[in-house]
Amino acid sequence: MSENSASASDYWKANLRLVRNCLIIWFLASFGFGILLRPLLSGIRIGGTDVGFWFAQQGSILIFLALIFYYAWRMNRIDRRFGVEEN
Amino acid sequence: MDQQTLIYLVVGASFALYLGIAVWARAGTTGEFYTAGGGVPPVTNGMATAADWMSAASFISMAGLIAFVGYDNSTYLMGWTGGYVLLAMLLAPYLRKFGKFTVPDFIGDRFYSQTARLVGVVCLVVISVTYVIGQMTGVGVTFARFLQVSTTTGLFIGSAVVFAYAVLGGMKGITYTQVAQYCVLITAYTIPAIFISLQLTGNPLPPLGLFSDTVQEGVPILQRLDQVVTDLGFGAYTAHRDSTLNMVLFTMSLMIGTAGLPHVIIRFFTVPKVSDARWSAGWALVFIALLYLTAPAVGAMARLNLINTVWPGGAGAPNGALVYEQRPDWMRTWETTGLLRFEDRNNDGRIQYYNDRNPAFADQARQQGWQGNELTVNADILVLANPEIANLPGWVIALVAAGGLAAALSTAAGLLLAISSAISHDLIKGALKPDISERGELLAARISMAAAIALATWLGLNPPGFAAQTVALAFGLAAATIFPVLMMGIFSKRINNSGAVAGMLAGLLFTTIYIFVYKGWFFIPGTNQFPDTAAYWVFGISPTSVGTIGALLNFGVAYAVSRVTQAPPAEIQRMVESIRIPRGAGAAVEH
Repeated sequence: MSENSASASDYWKANLRLVRNCLIIWFLASFGFGILLRPLLSGIRIGGTDVGFWFAQQGSILIFLALIFYYAWRMNRIDRRFGVEEN
Repeated sequence: MDQQTLIYLVVGASFALYLGIAVWARAGTTGEFYTAGGGVPPVTNGMATAADWMSAASFISMAGLIAFVGYDNSTYLMGWTGGYVLLAMLLAPYLRKFGKFTVPDFIGDRFYSQTARLVGVVCLVVISVTYVIGQMTGVGVTFARFLQVSTTTGLFIGSAVVFAYAVLGGMKGITYTQVAQYCVLITAYTIPAIFISLQLTGNPLPPLGLFSDTVQEGVPILQRLDQVVTDLGFGAYTAHRDSTLNMVLFTMSLMIGTAGLPHVIIRFFTVPKVSDARWSAGWALVFIALLYLTAPAVGAMARLNLINTVWPGGAGAPNGALVYEQRPDWMRTWETTGLLRFEDRNNDGRIQYYNDRNPAFADQARQQGWQGNELTVNADILVLANPEIANLPGWVIALVAAGGLAAALSTAAGLLLAISSAISHDLIKGALKPDISERGELLAARISMAAAIALATWLGLNPPGFAAQTVALAFGLAAATIFPVLMMGIFSKRINNSGAVAGMLAGLLFTTIYIFVYKGWFFIPGTNQFPDTAAYWVFGISPTSVGTIGALLNFGVAYAVSRVTQAPPAEIQRMVESIRIPRGAGAAVEH
């Protein structure tokens, strides 16, 4: 039982770590580059405007997509590593 | 064949398809009615979720709002996609593991409280009804244009169609019809965009076209757009003008609202496995992104085309404005709906379209002999009118009509299902009359659908905003109520029944009151205390953005109240531990 719950809490910690890292990128791609940091990045030009505009209208969406698939893939591997995947 | 006949044909064919599928897959048991028996694979489920999710707000309204505002409305793009990241990581897999039918089910069980469950039902109904009002606005606009009637008549026809459609099938019917609807709506959205992108930039992919050079002038399209809108006194398209705080709060509110929408969450109960719930969110976003990557291109290109049409002699040039008598046919047809209006203020027979609220531009306008902006275009018509503005062939115009209706119908149906299951399953069967028969439950579900649609239609006669803005209010409400309580229920073992109830009530009351004060009580026009303009907003926070504050309040209150009251019982803490682990997930089960 104690061994089980230790591995359960490790599993949960691994999950939280992964979620935290993904959410940092999620925040940077949208609120960061798309809104708050846009003035700082205004020197980088793309297609007649600055890169912040690109992040706000296109880049953030592409990054969100990559993040979810990365999370699903990593998490399903973590499931198997801790032996908690569905049978 | 004339345009009108073509529209009837294409729209008629698409309806026949959905109704056919709904009848073919008619729900038998209550289990099938709500979750299609738990057997929908991730890609199919993702596609149906995308159709469920992308409503009149995304299809009809969003690109128009981006077109007329520019960069500041990128909030819709980021907000309505970023929420899926939260959904995939913070909610979907755990709720799937929990394995019940509805969101109030989870709230009631996790917080071991009938009160929590009922408060959950109230939140869900408030969110969904607000959302349906936005859909009815979109349906009204679409029917008004394509049947050449007023928006009010369009709204009544639309609500009759939505009702007939939603009552026929349950989730199973809806899942497969929604796959069909997704295909119709995405084709309808992308085909005109591809044509227009080709015309303007020579690039067949609209998302790339948006950052390409125009064929005519050889400058980047966004630079060209910035130029022509500034020539007419509008602010630059790519400029940031809205308050940064409001923009951040609005984006956040749309994101967490997305993750807290009951009719979206309910979809993750229908995948076979926990790992599928994770993939499902990803697939949903793939299908959503196809539209969301196209929308900003549609917005920018439509704005440019519109200005080029209205200013054939060059934007802002003397005598450059379009002569009213020579206006194209699409303007004439939209004038009959009342959503596009021309008023010849200076009696020169030309349409001067410019920003008459810009004091810095007033002198220039006066010198030209303009006496105010003469063209009013409702933002909700832009996507529907887009193919006509660009002179695309008749079948493309007909296709867009079918797509707009598919978007509005699929979402309205999904929402009505969420409302009816909350009332029949959670309220009547769960609390008032536990011994109700399956037949009785289905009947109650259908009656509550009818009531919800009648209410939404009535409120939709005077909607609190454009389709996407009304829908944004629903997201604010979801952000302030459902999302925090679900997230805390999974990520904290300490949040207890009293905390959850207090948190939800705090979020719900704060957010609805803030909205009603500016938008009118219960959205009844004329009952608002303050005008809905930035000058009156507290700290410049608009009613559409306030959901984020409501969510923070919800988190804070729930945490504080839980700290000073008793910890949840041991079996609840074990339940939380169990939903964190995928192993042992069965199909969604009845109580």
